[in-house]
Amino acid sequence: MTTTPTLELRNLEVAYTVRGIDRQVLRGVSLSIAPGEAYGLVGESGCGKSTAAFAAMRYLPRNGKITNGSILFEGKDIVDINGDEVAKLRRSAISMVYQNPATALNPTIRIGKQIAEVFELNGASNSDAMMMAEQALTKVQIADPARVLRRYAHQLSGGMAQRVVIAMALASNPRLLVMDEPTTGLDATVEAEVLDLVRELRRDTGTAVLFISHNLGVIRNMCDRVGVLYAGALVEQGATAELFSNPSHPYTVGLLRCIPRGGLHKSTDRLDTIPGTPPALGTNFDGCVFAARCSLADDKCRTQLPEMVTIDGLHVARCFHSEKAGSMPRSIEQIEYAPQSTGHKAQVGDTLLNISHLSKVFNQDGHKVRVINDVSFTLGVGETLGLVGESGSGKTTIAKLVLGLTPPEDGGVVTLDGKGLAKTLNRRDVADVGAMQIVFQNPDQALNRRHSVTRIVSRAVERLRKFSLAAALERAHELLSGMRVDASLHSVRPVQLSGGLKQRVAIARAFAGAPQIVVCDEPTSALDVSVQAAILNLLVDLQKKDQTSFIFISHDLGVVRYISDKIAVLYLGRVVEFGSSQRVFTGPFHPYTEALLSSVPNIDGSTRKRIPLTGVVPSPSNPPSGCVLNPRCPRKVGSGYETLCETEEPNLTEVEPGHFMRCHVPMAKLKQLQS
Amino acid sequence: MLRFIVKRIGLSILTLVIVSLIVFLMTSIMPGDIAKQTLGRDASPEAFEIWNKEKGFDKPLVVQYSRWMGGVMTGDLGTSLQYEMPVSELLAPAASKSAQLAIVALLLIAPISILGGIAAAMNRGKKVDRALTVGGLSAAVIPEFVWAVVLILVFGVAIQVFPVSAFPDEENPNLISSVFHLILPSIALLFVLFGYISRITRAGVIEALDSDYMRTAVLKGLSRKTAVFKHVLRNALLPTIAVIATQVPYLAGGLIAIERVFNYPGFGNILLDAVVARDFPLLQTAVFLTGVVIVVFQLIADILFAVLNPRIRQKVTE
Repeated sequence: MTTTPTLELRNLEVAYTVRGIDRQVLRGVSLSIAPGEAYGLVGESGCGKSTAAFAAMRYLPRNGKITNGSILFEGKDIVDINGDEVAKLRRSAISMVYQNPATALNPTIRIGKQIAEVFELNGASNSDAMMMAEQALTKVQIADPARVLRRYAHQLSGGMAQRVVIAMALASNPRLLVMDEPTTGLDATVEAEVLDLVRELRRDTGTAVLFISHNLGVIRNMCDRVGVLYAGALVEQGATAELFSNPSHPYTVGLLRCIPRGGLHKSTDRLDTIPGTPPALGTNFDGCVFAARCSLADDKCRTQLPEMVTIDGLHVARCFHSEKAGSMPRSIEQIEYAPQSTGHKAQVGDTLLNISHLSKVFNQDGHKVRVINDVSFTLGVGETLGLVGESGSGKTTIAKLVLGLTPPEDGGVVTLDGKGLAKTLNRRDVADVGAMQIVFQNPDQALNRRHSVTRIVSRAVERLRKFSLAAALERAHELLSGMRVDASLHSVRPVQLSGGLKQRVAIARAFAGAPQIVVCDEPTSALDVSVQAAILNLLVDLQKKDQTSFIFISHDLGVVRYISDKIAVLYLGRVVEFGSSQRVFTGPFHPYTEALLSSVPNIDGSTRKRIPLTGVVPSPSNPPSGCVLNPRCPRKVGSGYETLCETEEPNLTEVEPGHFMRCHVPMAKLKQLQS
Repeated sequence: MLRFIVKRIGLSILTLVIVSLIVFLMTSIMPGDIAKQTLGRDASPEAFEIWNKEKGFDKPLVVQYSRWMGGVMTGDLGTSLQYEMPVSELLAPAASKSAQLAIVALLLIAPISILGGIAAAMNRGKKVDRALTVGGLSAAVIPEFVWAVVLILVFGVAIQVFPVSAFPDEENPNLISSVFHLILPSIALLFVLFGYISRITRAGVIEALDSDYMRTAVLKGLSRKTAVFKHVLRNALLPTIAVIATQVPYLAGGLIAIERVFNYPGFGNILLDAVVARDFPLLQTAVFLTGVVIVVFQLIADILFAVLNPRIRQKVTE
């Protein structure tokens, strides 16, 4: 260990001044990244990950300041250098890639000019810089770089925009690359491509990487070493494989246990949660930062600050009880919830919802775009149907068609409990409206900010169940308490609640009308994993007690697998595979499902060959002839069915009892290819 | 893009038709007997009848309206009742005078307000920001004619740097003299509009300063100054330009009070004159032309906004 680390944080403390008071965000963080090494920082929102990243870039918000410690770049302290020197460093040695690539690019300047700017800063002439920009785009494997140069940010897909941002970051040949949630918000397939690219570039350039993500699977696959942050303190650090297989801080253990993975299913496994909530910004601690939420905590933990103890070689944990962490008791919460008394007589498994031949055509500037093409499926009482597919595959549109938020084309029928429903919501009666409700991804936007939590729920009870005001209020309190929203919070406004609590309120609202079906559109995507686990547990409990059925939309395949009984895999508005959760996730797979599943970074560290989907998702306004997947299909070539695939669209056929696929290649052949 | 422009023009024409109807109906129901006023109280009933017939006021309103619009379309704007002169001959010089005032005022207002807005945004929360914001707002709540009087008293009477009249009294004044005479009224207008335009600019600049792409620019290694210049201003000034374009009709469409105070023979003066004299043909046409100016500049603002913003440009092109 004689080489100077590329980046070293020594006892770094950062505080934000909020209303005149300094609130500590980073508490003595020390870490170092060697040249060519990838270091991952994980933790839930608010733990200080991004603050650490921006501190390393010397780019803290106006109210942020480094109160103690040092940041060494290649051995030189950069805490006190002036603005010009910082700019020089960013120009030539440290680059950053961030979340939301779409907004990271200037909307009114062409891509080429934005990339060329970096070369110009380093002294290249105008025309040279443009040439170098093209080379930079070639390096990040963007298709048709010359054309991309002339585009504007809004004309790029998320994956392309992130490639552009990466190209820009690498343009200065940086020795340190800081990546802050670089793939969050991208589709799994795109995420996999971007991660592959980063891995390749790292191999070629030997750049040191500080990689920040809330996604443990991504970190597992990308980093040599990992640090776990909680409340601004580094609580555990070690080589990736070692830390994931032998987590030694209760927080790390809790995080890993929250994640639905490895084929966990609601029928047999309940997810762990981390009890309590993260401390508020700037809380002062006498002892361990995690003590308040830790099941192993004792008086010593609450009064004394634990030192880092060595677990094994480089693996360290800041815990008095690190040897017990791995076997700490599970944390499972139960709900007390009074079932709805609506007198549904149906039995679990009976068909509840029947959707046949739903199509939707949008009119886009005179062009007819078929976004949903002849979708049919059924949903049983008390069952969950998971809808999966890349963005643009039509998941949300199907949900809207079922709910009547947008009418299907002629011929499409939605039947609930044997009764045909009107095409649009305003022509459905109150009972039908109450019978199908929705929980959205972002509760911030779904809840009325001006109403109290109780009012939000009681209004829905009043309108959907025709309760009197008093009865509605009582039911609202009952529902909210059932969702584990504490009674002391029933009169507050949504803005005073955390993300997880807001989502509980949104769920209570959805359940106000005693629904038979609740559509959950990415209900946990904006939440931390520990909160996600609690929400998933809640949904499963509600389902068991009320026999509610769910249509569950999520890009997180682990979550979908955990909660779903049946899965519909969508591609370009078509169902390409439909079957039980078990079947769809264990194979033999439809080639598209296979590619989708293989792109998910595996948290267990088992290496699995990625089956790439080549090219981009075609536009639904101009779908490929034959099977819509054929230009990207990983199994077409060599299957022996190439001509058929390119000329004729396959039907959705039952390949084994209850398992449907839309593929020309017979199942036996797929099985053979996939083994 | 062409389709967007054609559609916009179509909508503008529709707006103008509605405006013309409203203007026509409003002037028709204006109180006061125009014939009596023109011919005098002592004229005989026959004389009134003949006069009304001659001017076409005995015809049904529909006929009167179509006759008026037909005239406007073919360039015949009618004849003023009080001056017995073609309306076009009265309006043309006034419009040109108003346009001159508008141009001078705009050249003064736009750069100063934009710079003020940028300065406020760059010093957000500091004294400069507060001074510009509070000062701008305070100035804007005082009507332009009050400013006009104050300015005349200070710069025209007390220290006598600027002329009190906006109109040079010499024959064939040269450009410099004309512009010089227009400065004082322009300053009065600046006081009224500065707060508004600079606030829009300030908001735009702040939004762009806080944007992710500004962060990208700074983290690329650009100095803050360069980043602001290259990345912030273009995005920030988009809404400002559109807002300024919507203010042009206010400046060009007759500043009645300012023209009165500075004794300037512009459009506003004619308007007021026509109202007082119940000069229907003149009034109708003058108000309608003001409407045309407003609609045209709104159209220009919309198109400008679309052209400057690639995102909207693409949307309207598709």
